[in-house]
Amino acid sequence: MSYQTDRQRVEGLGSAKDGTHEWWGQRISAIALIPLVILFVLPFAHYLGADYDVIRRVYAHPFNAIVAILFFITITFHLRHGLQEVIVDYVHNKRTMTLALLLNTMFTTVLGVTGIFAVAKIAFAG
Amino acid sequence: MVELALPKNSRMKAGKIWPKPDGATNVRAFKVYRYNPDLGENPRIDTYYIDLDDCGPMVLDALIKIKTDIDPTLTFRRSCREGICGSCAMNIDGINTLACLFGMDEVKGDVKIYPLPHMEVVKDLIPDLTHFYAQHASIMPWLETKTNRPAKEWRQSITDRKKLDGLYECVMCACCSTSCPSYWWNGDRYLGPAALLHAYRWIIDSRDEATGERLDNLEDPFKLYRCHTIMNCTRSCPKGLNPAKAIAELKKMMVERKM
Repeated sequence: MSYQTDRQRVEGLGSAKDGTHEWWGQRISAIALIPLVILFVLPFAHYLGADYDVIRRVYAHPFNAIVAILFFITITFHLRHGLQEVIVDYVHNKRTMTLALLLNTMFTTVLGVTGIFAVAKIAFAG
Repeated sequence: MVELALPKNSRMKAGKIWPKPDGATNVRAFKVYRYNPDLGENPRIDTYYIDLDDCGPMVLDALIKIKTDIDPTLTFRRSCREGICGSCAMNIDGINTLACLFGMDEVKGDVKIYPLPHMEVVKDLIPDLTHFYAQHASIMPWLETKTNRPAKEWRQSITDRKKLDGLYECVMCACCSTSCPSYWWNGDRYLGPAALLHAYRWIIDSRDEATGERLDNLEDPFKLYRCHTIMNCTRSCPKGLNPAKAIAELKKMMVERKM
């Protein structure tokens, strides 16, 4: 038996005064990904299966390298926010949710950094 | 986690099939959700037959006829019978709507009537709307002012008044909120389309002086941002309103005030 009022149950811990930058970031990254995906996929698909030397020269070009790095940053940012929404929507156990959100952040960060490192390695080290 | 199947005690079983009316030629079957908390039994689906030649055209007419002539234990809310009170909201043929505004001719085959989805059922077609109403109260559905009260009324231009059209008509029937998957999964913390539409109605009211506080209270990953623009709310609204648009406007305001 709980004597909590209905209003108290609705108020809970109050407003987090947060969430807008995540919502806005999700939309901005979605729009940014339209040109980035095209610019990243075009050379990638074109040189798919080519010799390592050719690929090295393609990504040694600043434009291709910068596009690829921007692509990895934006897509993993977008992925993190998208997965976060799914977790928050469907996982209701607080501890499981916190764990899932942490794993999500780690997974997407590692994914992004790996992509950036790969491009940097090809572009600089050969 | 999200529950995709009904809990064991909510699973429906076949119910009673009531006799057809004598001598009627134009008969329609109504399959109605029945639940009585006093019996300790699972809900069941009863079948009633109505003589359409002796009944009004709306689903509510049929329900009233069932209660009057066939089975007085059938329980549902109703009052105005013209879409103003919002009492007779229920799920008819898979759509949340007002039984008084929904014509039987809009349904093919048997008319299936259930209570609003994903709410606790008090009895038969009556859902528990306590939390829903408390959420509405939490958005402060009244004019908040700080300036001294004017000698006469708070004045508003015709243009500003027009901004409230499409919002003030909401009768809080709960069709939209209970059709929203986000409200199903997180209804305890997500305010839902109805409460958010009302919040927007007071935020864009030119006379209201608490816009900032109102936005502060809404800016929350759960209260507002569980909306993913699924649009079931707009689709189900029996008054033809657009809660999804009101929520989109709220999100735009949240960004606007940070720029």
